[in-house]
Amino acid sequence: MLTLMIFLPLLGFLVNGIFGKFLPKAISGWLGTAAVLGSFVIALMSFMDLTGDTTIPERIYTKLFTFLHVGNFHVDFAFQFDRLSAVMTLIITGIGTLIHLYSIAYMHEDEGFYKFFAYLNLFIFNMLVLVLGSNYLMLFFGWEGVGLCSYLLIGFWYKNADYGKAARKAFVMNRIGDLGLLLGLFLIYDTYGSFEYQEVFRSVFAGSVESNAVNTAIALLLFIGAMGKSAQIPLYTWLPDAMAGPTPVSALIHAATMVTAGIYLVIRSEAIYALSPLAREVVMWIGLATSLMAALIGLKQNDIKKVLAYSTVSQLGLMFIALGCGAYTAALFHVITHAFFKALLFLGSGSVIHGMHHEQDIRHMGGLRKKMPITYLTFLIGTLAITGFPFLSGFFSKDEILVSAFAHNKLVFGLALIGAGITGFYMFRMFFVTFHGTYRNTHHSFDKVHESPWLMTLPLLVLAVLSVIGGVVNLPHYLGEGISGILHHTLNYDGGGKFSPILIYPEHAPEIEHTTEWLLLGMAVSVFVIAFLHTRNKYVVQGAVPEADSAQTGMGKVLANKFYVDEAYDTAFVSSLEAAGEVVGNYVDDKAVKGLVDGVGSGSNGISRLLSKIQNGNIEYYLVYMVIGVALLLAFNLF
Amino acid sequence: MEVIIIPILASIAVMALGKRNSIGLSAILSLLPLIFVAQFFQRVGVDGGWKTLFDQPWISDSIRFTTGFDGLTGVLLLLTNILVPVIVLGGIRNDENQTKITALTLFMQGALNGVFMAQDGLMFYIFWELALIPIYFITLKMSGENAFKITLRFFVYTFVGSLAMLASLIYLFLHTANFSFSFEALRAVELSHTESLLVGGGILLAFLVKIPVLPFHSWQADTYTNAPAAGTMLLSGIMLKMGLYGLLRWYLPLAPESLEFFQPWVVGLAVAGVIYGALIAMRQKDMKRLVAFSSLSHVGLIAAGIMTLTLEGLEGSVIQLFVHGINVVGLFLVIELIERSAGTRILGELGGLAKSNRLFMIFFMLIALGTVAVPFTNGFPGELLLLKSMYAYKPSMALLSGLTIIFCVVYIFRMVQFSMFGEGKAAVASLKWNEILAFGIIAALILGLGFMPQMMIDIVHNSIVQIGQWVSEVRGVMS
Repeated sequence: MLTLMIFLPLLGFLVNGIFGKFLPKAISGWLGTAAVLGSFVIALMSFMDLTGDTTIPERIYTKLFTFLHVGNFHVDFAFQFDRLSAVMTLIITGIGTLIHLYSIAYMHEDEGFYKFFAYLNLFIFNMLVLVLGSNYLMLFFGWEGVGLCSYLLIGFWYKNADYGKAARKAFVMNRIGDLGLLLGLFLIYDTYGSFEYQEVFRSVFAGSVESNAVNTAIALLLFIGAMGKSAQIPLYTWLPDAMAGPTPVSALIHAATMVTAGIYLVIRSEAIYALSPLAREVVMWIGLATSLMAALIGLKQNDIKKVLAYSTVSQLGLMFIALGCGAYTAALFHVITHAFFKALLFLGSGSVIHGMHHEQDIRHMGGLRKKMPITYLTFLIGTLAITGFPFLSGFFSKDEILVSAFAHNKLVFGLALIGAGITGFYMFRMFFVTFHGTYRNTHHSFDKVHESPWLMTLPLLVLAVLSVIGGVVNLPHYLGEGISGILHHTLNYDGGGKFSPILIYPEHAPEIEHTTEWLLLGMAVSVFVIAFLHTRNKYVVQGAVPEADSAQTGMGKVLANKFYVDEAYDTAFVSSLEAAGEVVGNYVDDKAVKGLVDGVGSGSNGISRLLSKIQNGNIEYYLVYMVIGVALLLAFNLF
Repeated sequence: MEVIIIPILASIAVMALGKRNSIGLSAILSLLPLIFVAQFFQRVGVDGGWKTLFDQPWISDSIRFTTGFDGLTGVLLLLTNILVPVIVLGGIRNDENQTKITALTLFMQGALNGVFMAQDGLMFYIFWELALIPIYFITLKMSGENAFKITLRFFVYTFVGSLAMLASLIYLFLHTANFSFSFEALRAVELSHTESLLVGGGILLAFLVKIPVLPFHSWQADTYTNAPAAGTMLLSGIMLKMGLYGLLRWYLPLAPESLEFFQPWVVGLAVAGVIYGALIAMRQKDMKRLVAFSSLSHVGLIAAGIMTLTLEGLEGSVIQLFVHGINVVGLFLVIELIERSAGTRILGELGGLAKSNRLFMIFFMLIALGTVAVPFTNGFPGELLLLKSMYAYKPSMALLSGLTIIFCVVYIFRMVQFSMFGEGKAAVASLKWNEILAFGIIAALILGLGFMPQMMIDIVHNSIVQIGQWVSEVRGVMS
């Protein structure tokens, strides 16, 4: 069953990849969707078995074959389905199914329709390998595989050179992270003698390594990988550019699933991070810096997808703050709710772009609520969920992170709270400018704007419902012990007495007094209210329209230009590497090395001339030389 | 024996047939040796040592025609006798040189099989040189004003290297108990420290030039760029593997005493070459030149892996020398077909080819993925083992050589982008049956080895362990 669950999407990829050209679009699309839906159903059944039936072991393990066995180095091609993988699998295949469904309508005019579904299926397969692998190398397989699919899908419209550039940028930046991850894996093998999670964590738990310096090094190297995949400082700049891909791709890969792989990696490696407070501090501060920086940039973006992209980077940063505080459940909780509302927002933006005939600039929108009621309503729910409207999914998950941050470090809490506030500002700004006010587009008349077909609005509605009620997976304890903390219990499951818990070192609830907790809640809500009222006043009541990037001055200009980080990277790395390539290629290699060798090879003019003669005359000289050589040997033999 | 003689006879037959020959017939002729290779695997197997199959006095009693077979030889024979048919199928242009180049390619097949089977030092040397003759003729067919200079440089390099190896072999021969060139006799010679440096250095030089390892590479790019496609493929796909094979088969067992001195040098130079080649490759506009420098980079990692003397490095190198042969021939075939259709292989002049030929695009993409070592393609397992061996040697070296996984994406996907994607008027002609077959074989090997690398490990394991033992007897325990 486990194997089937993983390989169904691969099958979908193969069928669509090979025969897609000959299939009608409807069949291609539904086939791709069915493959993912099939995986989802199996995952759901397996999850119920796993949590409900005590006779089933705490993890389902399947070894397919030995991938490599060289001396002491042994890696199996094997999968495991445990509680953590299960949660991830449900998100991937669940949201994946909805986005496939949506894509049937969204992509129906595209000539590469079947190719699109083939790539999406391939992505789901790789993502499942990533979260269901039973060892670090399997994770690396999926890790690289999703990176590849991301490259293929960002550059899906391959005729556009800029999209191609964005795709390569994503691939290269991910590979920078991958090198860190790979070195981390080598260090793990070197230290613990295995890639298998079970083996590694058992050794970690048994304290087989005295020095925590090693664990810190491992944790930091793994985190470099996470920075690349989950777009954290300094490797985040690829994600906003990745918006070049079709919108369903942004929703699936660059919001709901792939970019959370870094969080999965850290939660999975909790045993190692638990032993390294230093590494956790690094994770936390990087997450915080990313969260704030991306939120600030988001304030001044006018491309609807770019706003969402920076918002994603910022939310991912928030998850890393949680991880840094040791609040693994809170991080995973936010992964889940974020998958709901961010997928919703991206699909909603896709619906807007679709209805507006490929317009992405919010300054050219306005008043869309009248024309696109379902999109409007669902987008509103998504916006409320991400900004922390009380009792929607995002409210609970974000709050849990803030509470852990408060317990850990008051300064971090304060800054994270500011970040949450900024989220409110840029989200409502985008929301009001897009859906309220007056219509401002001069290319298409307002009459041509239309609501999207049901295949697109249905996933929006489902995701909207999930964004509202998503909090139930981990309700806070003040709502009653019976119904709260489901996810917490899932992750802190003790392994039924055997050694296979998800979190080796169980989490403790932050020790905070109830009054303080209510106070924190109040602060979060007031930040939300301020953001809402301010943006509403500015963009609805006063009817302001954001300035063009070129009209920005001062800090606004810096933000609109994303702190000039791309430019700095270009100068520091791209240009200098290119220059190095030029210098090495044109001078060092061409002049110095060749000259040296020509000199050495020729020795003196005489030899040079002799050799020229040999070359000049004919190949026969060469044969003669060989014969002479052999003859000399015979002469030796005669001795 | 058969695998050496049949291609040479086939070469004569093709020459005799002249224009009456066809691609189909040549392909069948080039495939014949593969049947015998398969038979070796079945009959001889890879479990024991390097078993002698044929042994006759040749030029004299001491210089014998001795062929052997084991897993290591098996891998190289597979590589040669799979790639030559691929080259015959896809890489030879239908022009006035077709007959000559096909005949030379087949001749080369025989000579290469001789190199990989020779158990006699001098026989090895003779076939080593014999393999050069056809490639020399093929490169003479190249064009360009610098043809003379390029050929001269190529010639000087290989000549100096070969001479040094010959001198070393003779020195060893003179110190054998009963004046024999047999592998075992040469290996049994005990060398003092100084002797080992001279003898080992001589042998090493020949191989480093052929691989090539920095700074002995400057014959490479120009020769690759200017030679006809078949020549470039033979050189990059198989001939430079002679150098890697030589390291494993002849250098390590014959002069392990010299390793202590040479190991850091070769690892250092090879890793420098990894970065050096990648930096240059990133800036090339000529696709052939780009792949030439990428080859310098990739092969540098293989050489470095061998010289770490770890089991992962040695076995990873065997996987990767096979894989690199497959992928680099695939890349040159892609470039050749683009050039045949579009009339150019300069990146700035191309673009938008993807839409003209989807099948071609799929093959190109697959080969590109193999080259950048994405998991589930053949490039991944070997690169993983090699980088792991570098880590075992020195973590800092793993970091340096690991940069290849970043740089490689940059130059390979730059090449894909500016040839296949974007807008452009040029088109790739639809593939003919022979080209589809050639690509099909490559594609099957990319995916097959990507999933099941252990098959190749199982083939070479015993040979490598044996070589490892010889090295560790001198150098202490291998990790």
